[in-house]
Parts: sequence; structure tokens; C-alpha cells
Amino acid sequence: MILLPSADQDTETTEAEEIVTDDAREALLEAMSSELGDALVASHLEPGVDLWLRVSNEAWSDTAEYLRERQRFRYFEWLAGIDWMPSPFGRSLEAAVDVVQAESDDDVSDSPDDSGLTGTGADGVTGGETRFQVFARVHSLTTGLGVTIKADVGDDLAIGTWIDTYAGAAWHERETHEMYGITFTGNPDMRNLYLPMEFEGYPLRKDYPLLARLIKPWPGIVDVEPMPELDEAPSPAETNRVSAEAETSPDGTASTEGGDA
Amino acid sequence: MTDMLDRRQMAYIASQAADARVNVELEAEGMTLNVGPQHPATHGTLRVVLRLDGEEVVAADPIMGYMHRGYEKLAEVRTYPQVTTLINRIDWLGSFANEVPFILAAERLMEIEAPPRAQWIRTILFEMARIANVTLFLGDMGVQLGAISPVFYAFRDREFILNQIEAATGGRFHPNFDRIGGVKDDLPAGWIADTKASLQTIRNFCDEMEDLLLGNEIFEARTRGIGIIPADVGLAYGMSGANIRASGVDWDLRRDNPVGLVYDQVDWKVWTHPDGDSFARYWVRLQETREACNIVDQLLDGIPAGPIMAKVPRIIKVPEGEAYVATENPLGEMGYYVISQGGLEPFRVKIRSASFSNMSITPWLLKGTYVPDVITILASLYFILGDIDR
Repeated sequence: MILLPSADQDTETTEAEEIVTDDAREALLEAMSSELGDALVASHLEPGVDLWLRVSNEAWSDTAEYLRERQRFRYFEWLAGIDWMPSPFGRSLEAAVDVVQAESDDDVSDSPDDSGLTGTGADGVTGGETRFQVFARVHSLTTGLGVTIKADVGDDLAIGTWIDTYAGAAWHERETHEMYGITFTGNPDMRNLYLPMEFEGYPLRKDYPLLARLIKPWPGIVDVEPMPELDEAPSPAETNRVSAEAETSPDGTASTEGGDA
Repeated sequence: MTDMLDRRQMAYIASQAADARVNVELEAEGMTLNVGPQHPATHGTLRVVLRLDGEEVVAADPIMGYMHRGYEKLAEVRTYPQVTTLINRIDWLGSFANEVPFILAAERLMEIEAPPRAQWIRTILFEMARIANVTLFLGDMGVQLGAISPVFYAFRDREFILNQIEAATGGRFHPNFDRIGGVKDDLPAGWIADTKASLQTIRNFCDEMEDLLLGNEIFEARTRGIGIIPADVGLAYGMSGANIRASGVDWDLRRDNPVGLVYDQVDWKVWTHPDGDSFARYWVRLQETREACNIVDQLLDGIPAGPIMAKVPRIIKVPEGEAYVATENPLGEMGYYVISQGGLEPFRVKIRSASFSNMSITPWLLKGTYVPDVITILASLYFILGDIDR
């Protein structure tokens, strides 16, 4: 009833599988780069785990068609957008820990400027030049491989549609449109999926404020405060002082700037 | 096959992509019928606007958003351990299964692996979440066809599973039990024997449903040949789980991509059905519930000893990176694409929920069907509104 292979057998199978999967992913990568040529801008392969491709904005729709018709990626998993801009409201969550740590270490390296982040797709695994990207994932049931495709979206916030290839992309594109304002040319149905049509703004953009968080500091922040009994942690009084500062700030965003203060 | 031809479904197969683009021909001649937003068939509040020509549906336009809670935005301002509280509420009938792929994605980024005992406990609770979830469907499908009794049996017998989930996790519906690096607690004493007894209740329940519904003339007439989804169309719409297996696609992430769960340690089988109609979807779910009982039963016999948590830092910071992990949830493939920039909170979480994709086929599927079948088709697709709207 229970199939419990010995430890040795288990390791062997896993290793063998990983090598096979790798070959498959590398072959797919080669096929894609020979088909797309310059349109394949970047790729990232984690052996035995996953494969990412970044294609040019113009080649977005063609990539889907090639994947489905020629590589038999029949199964459409999802499509969505990313906003790479660091949140202007900061990482308010980190205030209690990071401000204290930064003060004790004399190290103020947590501001977004020093963290090496660019606020563009360059922060992702396949790089990029624009603030917005769309990414989608398809799966091949014959090889069992999944692949994540990304593409930059320039200032015109427009990219081709996938609905001619994967009919299921229609709703995902509607959702991405209402959440990020990205338009999919060729998809005639860009009505809002969740929000009322008169809703203003694009909620998943990083500069769209989460009002509840601006009005009141997140009570869950106590979870991440250092425990007082630890040697390297500051005294409880110090922690309280930082929290108090964050709470009394007039605009509610001071906690993010705390590192510099 | 004759039924399919009669229903002019074959014509739609050929023109599926084109049809997706004109899914709201509400200017067409005929009558508009508004279904919902408070229909008992919908497990939440879904509204479907139907355009009718006589009894035939010309166009269907599902309207969601009544339960949109913005979890992708909210997850960006919470620490990783806090996110599990939110995502418990996505598919509220199988909550524990929602937590697992997110935790696995975070573990992959942190390069942590849960100890074997934790993996076994996870898999057991994952399958029990499936049983609790699908049991309700098995009874509820009867209600949509006018058979009242099955749903009461479903609620009655699901209680035994919920009691076991509560005994282990402390929560009946929202366990919030999975942790990065393991699980919160070990199993309580005597739990294994009690769970085995409750599994027997579910097996009896499955037999009961088979007796009550599968042989029933009305049930067969209302589900056989109704709402046929061809495999290729279903896949292009991103359908997954029992819905796509009922269209003959032999694809199950538990077997084909078992990340972090121990399905490879037990002897079980993936059930498929070639018909792709409402009946097939019911039948596959019925078999899968029995199979889930078998999986749990075998796992209970072989839980390894050892710790239930790996060594994890007290304050969890996830290194920079991106990971997508999906598991075979009760409703289908559920996955989380997590982008981390090295902070306490995820930078972006894309939630791939099964019902969203399963539901997106309805404008195509309902076209050309008849009004009485709309409810049974929607019920047989088995979606949960929290899983659509997130």
C-alpha cells in the first residue's frame, strides 16, 4: 500500500528527472530563440525549476501563437501585469524593524535609492526597461513544462492581445486593463471586470494609495518587532518611540522615511 | 455525439477564438434574462445576464466583482506569514489548500524545505480540504436538479471532516496552519484513528450519492450531453482540475508536478472521463473524493517521525527573486507568482485561482444551451465566488 522507496533510490530518480527537465527547457529555449530571433530579448533558466522569457512588445502576440501552434503549449494558465515602481508610500511595514536596525547599525541602506532597485523591469529576473510589464504563463501537457513570458509595456501602455490564440486570455486582459490601465490592442472587450465602470484610477499600480493603510498604521506591525530579550535588539522603550513616531506623523507616510530621519 | 450536433456545439468548436471576442452581443433580438446576483447556484454572488431567443441562450455575460477584495493589493502590504490569513478566504470551502502553494513559493525563494513529517501533514490536510470542499458539490449538484436530500447528507457528513480539520488546526474553515518551513503544530493524540473513522463516513456518503443520483433518470437526462467542453477549448480557456479531467485530459498537478507534497509516496490514480459534459464533471469529482479518502488513508499509515519545522529565521525576509508554484486544489490549479525584492513583504503576488479560469469559459459554453440547463452547467463547473473575485 505505502510505496516507500529507500533514500538512495529517491535521490537517484530526482537527479535523473532534473537532468531530463533541463534538457527539455534548454531545447525549448533554443527553439524559441531561433524562431523569434531578436524579438527574444532576454531569458532566464533555473535548471530543473522554471524558465522565463522576455520578448519585445511587438512580438507578444506572435509568441503566443508560436507557443500554441508549434510547441503545443495548449494550456493557458494566466496573464497579468507588474508595476515595478517602488511604492511612493514606502515599505511602511518595515518601519519598526528596519528603522531600529538601521539606527543600531548606523546603516541607512534601506531607502529605495540605495537598494539597487531601478523601478523598472530591470529588477526582475529577465530585466526590462519600462515601469510596466505584462507577463503570462502557458503550459505544455505533452512535455509537462511551463514557461513564463514577459514583455515590456512602453509609455503608450499598449500591447497586442492573446485572445486569438488563447481564448481564455480575454478575462485576464480585462483584469489587467482595469488594474493597471494597460490596453490590449485587438481585444474589443476592455470593460471593467470587477470594479464599477465609473471607478477612477488603477488599483494595482504602486502609486494608487491603499487608504486604510494611510489613515491608520498597520496593527500587524507588532509581529515583526524584535523580541526584547534578544541581545542585539534595542530596548522596548526605543521600539515604542519609533512606533509612536510613525503613528503621530501627519501624513502617515513618515514611517517610510524613518531611515533617513 | 448526436446531442452535440443538435446543439450546434460543433460549429462553436471550429470558431472558438472568434466567439470569445463577441461574447456580449446584447443588442441581439430577443429577451434579456437577469440571473442573480443572488442565486443559490452560485456559492456567492454572481450575476449572469442572458440574452434569449425563446428558450435558447444567444449570449451570456457573467458579471463578477461582488466579492472582489483586492487580495493582490493587500498582500503587498503584509509580511509573508500574514498573507496566509488573507488567502485562506479565497476558496473558503477548502481553505488549507489555498495556503500551500503560497508557502511553497516563499520556501522556494528562501531555499527552505519543510521536514518530511511536515510535508506529510500538509498533504493530509490538503486532501482533507479537498474532501470537505468537493463533498458539498456532490450534494449541491442534486439541489440544482430538484433533489433536496443530497445536500443535507453532504452537510451532515462534511461535518466529520471539518471536525478533524478543527481538531488538528483549531479552525473549521480557515485553518491558517501552514508556515514557511513547516506546519504550526503536530497532530493531536488519537487524531489518526478518528480521521480514519471520518473517512469511512465520506466513503459511505459517496456510495449514497451514487445510489441517489447517478442512476437517477432525471439526473442523467439533465446532465448527459449537456454543457460539453472539448478538451482543446477547455485548455485554451485555462480550465483545470476535475473540469478538464472530465473532458478526457489526463492532467493532474498532484501527479505531474508534485512540488513539496508527498503524493509520490502513495498509490493512487488520476480519474478522467471522456465525455466532457455535466455528468462527467460530477462523476470525476465523485471518484476523486473516494481517491482522496484513499490517499489520506494511506498517508495516515505512514507519517514519518521527526520535526515539523525547518530552521527558519524568526523574522522572515525572503531573498530577491521570482517564483511560481501551483498545486492541484479542489477547484483546479491554484498558483501564486511571488516577486520578492528582499523585504518583509512580497513586492507583487499574482494569484492564479482556478475558478476564474474555469468560469471564463461560460460566455462560450452557455451560448446555444437552454435556460433550464444554464443552472446545471454553472453548478457542474463548480466555482466559488471568492475564488473568482479574489
